[in-house]
Amino acid sequence: MSAANRAAARGLSHVLLEKTDHLSDTIYRYQKGKHVMATPVSLTLRSDCTFDAGKREAILENWNQQTATAKANVRYKSDVKSVTGTRGDFTITLTSGDVVKAETIIMAIGTQGNPNLVRCDGAKLPHVQYQLDDPREYFDEHIFVIGGGDAGIENARGLAEDAEQNNTVTIVNRSKDFSKAKAANVEMMVEAQKAGRLNILSEASPSKIEEGWITVETPEGESRLPCNRVIARMGSAAPRGFVESIGASPDPADLDDKGRLKLKGGIQFTSEARDAFPKLSPQFETTVPGVYAIGALAGYPLIKHCMNQGYDVVEFIAGNTALKPADEPLLEQRLKDVPIQKSVADWLEFLRSNVEILKGLSPLQMREFLLDCAVKVYAENDVIFERNAIGSSLFGIAAGTVKVEINPQDPSITIPIGQGSIFGEVGLISGRRRGATIRAGADCIVVEIPRTAALKLMGSNEEAKKTVNRITTERHLLQIFGSGLQAADIAEILKVARVEEIRPGQSVIKEGLDGGDEFLARAPRARIDREPTKGETQEAFAARVAAEKAAEAEKLAALQPEAQSLREAGIYDIFIVRSGSMTVEKVIGGKQVFLSYIPAGSYFGEMALVDRGKRTATVRATVRSQVVRLNGRLFRELLDNKPALKKKLQDDMKVRQEVNNFIEEKKKKFSGVVDMYSEVAEFLVKQGIGEATDALLIDETLCIGCDNCERACADSHDGLSRLNREAGKTYAHLHVPTSCRHCEQPQCMTDCPPNAIRRGADGEVFISDACIGCGNCQRNCPYGVIRMDSVPPKKPGLLQWMLFGFGPGPGEPDKDWLKKHYDPKKPKVAIKCDMCAGKSGGPACVRACPTGAAIRVSPEQFLDVVKSGGR
Amino acid sequence: MAQQRKRAKAVASHESFLRHAHFRWLKVAAAVSLVVIAGFAATLVLTDFRLRHTGSSWFGYTSGTLGAGLIVWLAMLGIRKRAMTDDAWSLKAWVSAHVYLGLSLIVIGTLHSGLQFGWNIHTLAYALMMLVILSGLFGVFAYAKIPPILSDNRGETTQKQMLEKIHALDGRLLEVARPLNQEQAALVVRAVRHTRIGGNVWQRLNSRRSNCTTANAQRVLLATRKRMSDGPQAIALDQVLTLLEEKCVTLAKARRHIRLRSLLEVWLFIHIPTTLALIAALTAHIVSVFFFW
Ligand SMILES: Cc1cc2nc3c(=O)[nH]c(=O)nc-3n(C[C@H](O)[C@H](O)[C@H](O)COP(=O)(O)OP(=O)(O)OC[C@H]3O[C@@H](n4cnc5c(N)ncnc54)[C@H](O)[C@@H]3O)c2cc1C
Ligand code: HEM
Ligand code: SF4
Ligand code: SF4
Ligand code: SF4
Repeated sequence: MSAANRAAARGLSHVLLEKTDHLSDTIYRYQKGKHVMATPVSLTLRSDCTFDAGKREAILENWNQQTATAKANVRYKSDVKSVTGTRGDFTITLTSGDVVKAETIIMAIGTQGNPNLVRCDGAKLPHVQYQLDDPREYFDEHIFVIGGGDAGIENARGLAEDAEQNNTVTIVNRSKDFSKAKAANVEMMVEAQKAGRLNILSEASPSKIEEGWITVETPEGESRLPCNRVIARMGSAAPRGFVESIGASPDPADLDDKGRLKLKGGIQFTSEARDAFPKLSPQFETTVPGVYAIGALAGYPLIKHCMNQGYDVVEFIAGNTALKPADEPLLEQRLKDVPIQKSVADWLEFLRSNVEILKGLSPLQMREFLLDCAVKVYAENDVIFERNAIGSSLFGIAAGTVKVEINPQDPSITIPIGQGSIFGEVGLISGRRRGATIRAGADCIVVEIPRTAALKLMGSNEEAKKTVNRITTERHLLQIFGSGLQAADIAEILKVARVEEIRPGQSVIKEGLDGGDEFLARAPRARIDREPTKGETQEAFAARVAAEKAAEAEKLAALQPEAQSLREAGIYDIFIVRSGSMTVEKVIGGKQVFLSYIPAGSYFGEMALVDRGKRTATVRATVRSQVVRLNGRLFRELLDNKPALKKKLQDDMKVRQEVNNFIEEKKKKFSGVVDMYSEVAEFLVKQGIGEATDALLIDETLCIGCDNCERACADSHDGLSRLNREAGKTYAHLHVPTSCRHCEQPQCMTDCPPNAIRRGADGEVFISDACIGCGNCQRNCPYGVIRMDSVPPKKPGLLQWMLFGFGPGPGEPDKDWLKKHYDPKKPKVAIKCDMCAGKSGGPACVRACPTGAAIRVSPEQFLDVVKSGGR
Repeated sequence: MAQQRKRAKAVASHESFLRHAHFRWLKVAAAVSLVVIAGFAATLVLTDFRLRHTGSSWFGYTSGTLGAGLIVWLAMLGIRKRAMTDDAWSLKAWVSAHVYLGLSLIVIGTLHSGLQFGWNIHTLAYALMMLVILSGLFGVFAYAKIPPILSDNRGETTQKQMLEKIHALDGRLLEVARPLNQEQAALVVRAVRHTRIGGNVWQRLNSRRSNCTTANAQRVLLATRKRMSDGPQAIALDQVLTLLEEKCVTLAKARRHIRLRSLLEVWLFIHIPTTLALIAALTAHIVSVFFFW
């Protein structure tokens, strides 16, 4: 829209093709009356359309008017299906079959994609809808919600929430369980079902829709049910496939696995990652000359950016190449306080060419990147960060060196890291504390990259990702094993070290296996097609399967000698937990017993390698984790060459063995106690304490239900409580209330348009004022701890309340008081626990608990809580 | 950094208010009591065992000041609990000290009185103090015993969910009761409209209700059902009975929940007003001692 208006103002020939019958569909789909924010505030708006924070309706209305006044040429209901051709001569085909010719194309299709459609008879009927604006609009209806993801469940619950509306709501899910949705959502849905407010049909799909009726296919057969409305929420296909096909032509030399011609020459993306964006030039041009991409599609989700780019791109196309990007003043501001004076362009080039991981960035990406980062100049021996400090940013060395203090007892022993390299990566990967103090060397200039920016960089740039991973693993190894190891000693091991993704609950090593078993289990298996393919006779099929089986057996046999040799030599791979965490379990007396917990940054699997026995325990991931697999043979060699390392491993092992023995001993005598320990630990891990860095627990043998904790939280945080004491799971009187766990890998951060969620200096995950209230974090947090609310007004002080009864008293103000003193139009923003960062006394919830029921624990401490049984 | 870690440790300490800091305040309170007892004994010896004079002795003044100071400080808990300042304090530590020092008042107050009781303002102050302390003891007892019961009763449901469930059951009941005859339907409607869950203090403390309209409807309709032969009417009644049964179970749980929560609070209805009365009586006691003795 912004581009079309610019083109109109410049008098360029243009047409704006819009799929729907209105502009800006993403904003059009916001819920009614939503307050739209105009961040970043410091960025000036450069567009023919105006935009200020305000109500959705007002903003859309304003744009409609301005677009009409500017006489921009908009063609509604024009859904683009395909684009072929080259610069100067593109052919755009619409789904209606119409064809439009163009010299240049600007793609600004956002990232919403197309909703997946219902595919059955009657799917086109008007009462089948793909969106639900306001669940309170519907009364006395039989409503079917199709799709068991979060969107579907939330819609269904919304419709069924108020019994007064008298809707009969049924949710139809294709699979048996609701694995795509958040656990909290599923639970609330099941609650609603139990309370009789909601029906659930699993393993079901609609087969026919008629006026007033729907036919649903279930495992028990078809049933025809009354239905006045169908709401389909079956996800949407990301627009990537469409974008990649732009300007592409089928390549006769290359077939894909389904035997179709592969496309060639379309728009390329920066990487295979799901969240990658199209590759762009500084002028927003894609890899297909003449096709430009801007807005959310290009990776700039904020409305202001989108609008500025619409203006800029048309200027560029019209030949105004001298135009400076709108973020120039922002970058100047960023760099103003750096004691070395350089122009923005020089800085960008300086950093890009000197820091290894930035080499692959385009100037456009560099600009975007630098907006998030800080350039810092240090004098020799200045401390950049300290050991055990909390921090998750990554640093790149643009000039000079830095010095790492490797021995906390003696700061004079340091090793240097040279120009071009990075440091601080451990905090980035695992969210753990800094492992060593780092001081500046001579002439040191570094660029500090916040976690989210670093992750974005790694996601969009394969080279950067590889470099970071290599350096991380090397440092990690040296740090964990210490013992005088040098980089050269582990070079061989590093070369074959592999990062592996482990699913929650998946085991990495299994009790009772030996090195040979593990080797065989890892060997790649050919997948044998057990179904006869089309046109294959029975005999041919049997013969093929037999041949495939024989080949498989042969391959297995070929592996046996190696397996045998590993077995005899007692060789096992060993692992480092790179992110996430693991639990160690062992079968004692026929039961899986929880032994201990391995946080990120530790290693495991050494016992069998050192004492050459079998694996003595099973290690599995508590959450999605990454481990680095180190080759056992090479590691054995290293052990043999480095007695100090061997000694260290043996010492560590002794400690671990003692814990195991202790528990085994106890198990014999007090089996119940150990079962309890094991079960409670498992419960806590399931509740996310394993991936927490700091979580609130309530000991319900002490909690008197006074809710003073909630009140304290509200009173110390703008009158809104960030915890819900009563909600949440309980096991053996240990209660995990609904409150932020400050996860190691906070999922709430993943999709925040203004990057408002960050990790603070004390390790807390907090939401800054930049929040635009989009609600993405609320949906992404697996523990449902984020609430959307607006800050209530200040209430009269405590003494006034105690002496004269003014105001609502301590805690969150009640509804009546709010109604009287409150402006309902105030925008809602995301609210969550900030761990009471900056409060000298520590967490208010804990301080305010009269009985000591509320405690905050880190994963290192939570086992103690379990062991002590507390109380 | 070091400070940060210390903070983390303090926060994580998992002890109840009674065991706080290895019974620090129990020890302090015991020491204070012993000193007071020793002082009392010494005064007795010095005054030739004439109890009457303990009040105006140096012991009387000291123990009186100590006791009055303690009472004022103990009463400050009501403010501490609600003033959410940022600095380092913990309500648990306060309550721990409150309980043990409060108990030491039994010794301090009693010895300060020199066991000189009569129908006067001084004895009133003493009696009020003992009442506050006794109610406090009940509170501690409740805090120690009730929480696990409360937790077991509610499981993972919140109070709000319990009430919502009852509300939902009510909605279904009205729907299912439509085919019933007028008399039966009236019973159900009454069960829906007139079932009490909360109520005044006594009602809340009493989780068994003899006059629960839901239980009543269930009883009457069950009897009706037994007399009835199978048929469409019976099916409808069975549906109603299932829902009534479920509602009764949920009601029992909700009422137990409310009863337990009330038990954790009722004693404060004695503790706090009596504290206010005590402070008034104490002021009168002090004024009268200084001006009229
Ligand atoms: C709930 C929510 C709240 C948000 N709140 C804010 C906020 O307060 N402030 C803020 O700055 N940002 C906010 N954002 C982000 C912002 O709204 C979007 O990133 C921005 O609107 C994207 O603009 P766009 O022009 O790139 O894409 P879109 O607005 O998605 O526009 C793309 C248009 O292209 C059309 N289209 C798509 N495919 C085709 C096709 N094949 N043929 C023809 N037309 C097609 C679509 O119908 C649509 O109209 C929010 C996002 C969400 C989801
Ligand atoms: C004369 C002595 C005492 C005075 C003046 C006093 C006063 C108070 C006051 C004002 C409160 C605050 C209540 C509120 O605002 O919620 C309180 C709470 C309390 N008192 Fe006392 N008290 C005294 C003795 C005791 C004793 C001896 C005990 C225990 C044996 C005790 C146990 C408690 C407990 C458990 C609380 C509740 C704390 C909480 O839940 O926050 N008190 N007392
Ligand atoms: S908000 Fe949720 S995802 Fe984010 S840190 Fe807290 S618990 Fe983890
Ligand atoms: S730590 Fe602070 S912000 Fe977090 S729940 Fe407790 S009181 Fe609230
Ligand atoms: S303040 Fe403590 S006792 Fe009161 S509700 Fe919270 S956890 Fe329970």
